[in-house]
Amino acid sequence: MAMGILLIFSVSVLVFGLLYMMPGNPVDMVVDRKVSAEKKEEIAHEMGYDRPMAEQYLDWAKGILLEQDFGTSTRYKVPVWELMKERIPRSLNLCGWALFLEILIALPIGLLCAIKKDSLFDRLTVNFTLVLTAVPAFWMAALLILVFSVWLGILPISGYKGMEYYVLPVFSLVASSIAGTIRLTKAEVLEVLNERYVTTAYAKGLSSRAVMWKHVLRNALIIVTVQVFMSIPWLISGAVVTEKIFGIPGMGNLLLNSIIVQDFPVVQGVLLIIAILTVICNLLSDLVIGILDPRIRISMDGGRGE
Amino acid sequence: MRRDSKWRETLRACLKNKNFMIGFLILVSIILIAIFAEQIGPYEYTAQNPSVKMSAPSAEHWFGTDELGRDVFSRTVMGTRITLWVAFLGATLALVIGVSVGVVCGYFGGWVDRIFSFLTDLTWCIPGTILALAVVTLIGKGLTNSVIAISLVSWATYARSVRAKTMSLRTMAFVETGRAFGESSFSLMFRYILPNIVPSLIVMVSMSLPSTVMSTTTLSFLGLGSQAPSPDWGLALSNGIAYIGRAPWLSVFPGLALVYTVLGFNLLGDGLRDILDPHMKSM
Repeated sequence: MAMGILLIFSVSVLVFGLLYMMPGNPVDMVVDRKVSAEKKEEIAHEMGYDRPMAEQYLDWAKGILLEQDFGTSTRYKVPVWELMKERIPRSLNLCGWALFLEILIALPIGLLCAIKKDSLFDRLTVNFTLVLTAVPAFWMAALLILVFSVWLGILPISGYKGMEYYVLPVFSLVASSIAGTIRLTKAEVLEVLNERYVTTAYAKGLSSRAVMWKHVLRNALIIVTVQVFMSIPWLISGAVVTEKIFGIPGMGNLLLNSIIVQDFPVVQGVLLIIAILTVICNLLSDLVIGILDPRIRISMDGGRGE
Repeated sequence: MRRDSKWRETLRACLKNKNFMIGFLILVSIILIAIFAEQIGPYEYTAQNPSVKMSAPSAEHWFGTDELGRDVFSRTVMGTRITLWVAFLGATLALVIGVSVGVVCGYFGGWVDRIFSFLTDLTWCIPGTILALAVVTLIGKGLTNSVIAISLVSWATYARSVRAKTMSLRTMAFVETGRAFGESSFSLMFRYILPNIVPSLIVMVSMSLPSTVMSTTTLSFLGLGSQAPSPDWGLALSNGIAYIGRAPWLSVFPGLALVYTVLGFNLLGDGLRDILDPHMKSM
């Protein structure tokens, strides 16, 4: 927890410093090139750029914490939070469905591969995931558009006004990250199958179904859950590409466009949100391990039980 | 004599490993294509021919032509040079930073270690692509800059692994002997410890090549890497998607080339891991 707060603090300092690491003066980014030097100094004073750095940081951080004040976009001339507020749900929608589908598809396949190791199904899946990891998200998206929008004409190419607009983006996100989850599930289940408590369970005379549900699945799922939690921020970065291709105005598209037009307050705001989300996901995954894994739960409260 | 037989043993393991051999052949083919790109491509990659704009694949233009009438086959072939350069530069940069930091942290420990470990934790706080985007914002667009940005993100993985290996090697007898003979810390780190990490480094580099190539292509695709008229595959793809309805060959072929390359690097990495570092073998 303390580590998480320290990380968020450091990231926020870095994100804040981004504005000052840029070559040139922050004022130059706001005003026209023709504005005189005196006028620039006046604006710098007005915007508080001439105050000590620490003071500026504290003000900036306080604004964010107390009033969601991430500054004002230099391009859209509206508060950054207003821009993010309407885009966050769209990105979450995209990532949430992708995550859900990924788990729904990857877990059974990984499990089956581990149980029937070296069967035809397993070997096919191994080769398939090998090829899938070599396919970049944007090419997968292009192929999906080609097949389902251009040739079959059943799904729209871009937009975000209804459920049908999300089908292709979600599937291209799933396709680009599912291979890793299948491999991970398989590896974890295989490892658990070799554990001594599984042998013990069999020796006790439990049916293989009971062993599978009660011992193997439960323990393998712990690691997989954690990994899935940790992969949420990676999904978000994958979403940058997907959102661009399919024209979904979410956080990824906002970040990308703001970088291209050098709209710094927005870049800072989006980076900060993503960093905080990453740290929270890491903390949550620690928490989930604690709940699911009795060994860790015991060591966490000093072996006193619940 | 003994060294010789060890090499032969490794070579035999390489020849027997199917993944390694396929990956190796793919890599050799890519290197050959890159070297002879001018001879293979029938047209100059920047040559525009307005009379054959957007023509479908044919005997004259195997992969078709783009909106400026440039030959897609020649451009895709030229693109191999960019991809290999990216892989080489990215691996070198990340390796140099990661290994130096990792060895120094693992060897000295203490506050140096704590600071750098915190830095690596910090780079893991923001997903790679996003962090690379932020770095590109700072240092500007362009191919070299995007490779630098990716390396500034990926060194942490090397550093972590090298640090762990150094820590376990530092107390070994041969290092202690070196120290007793009065070798300097620098010599102990880079002449005693580092050579023992080399096999796992080779594995790590080959495992990280696909993601380096993929991330740089992604940045080019997003318009932050290579700029027109570069024959970069990522750039070609982002251009192709705009015309996907009328000219699907613009997106299909550069993508196939990319998948072929990344698949080759993947197989090579998997194979090398099985051969050189069986402990790392997860599956």
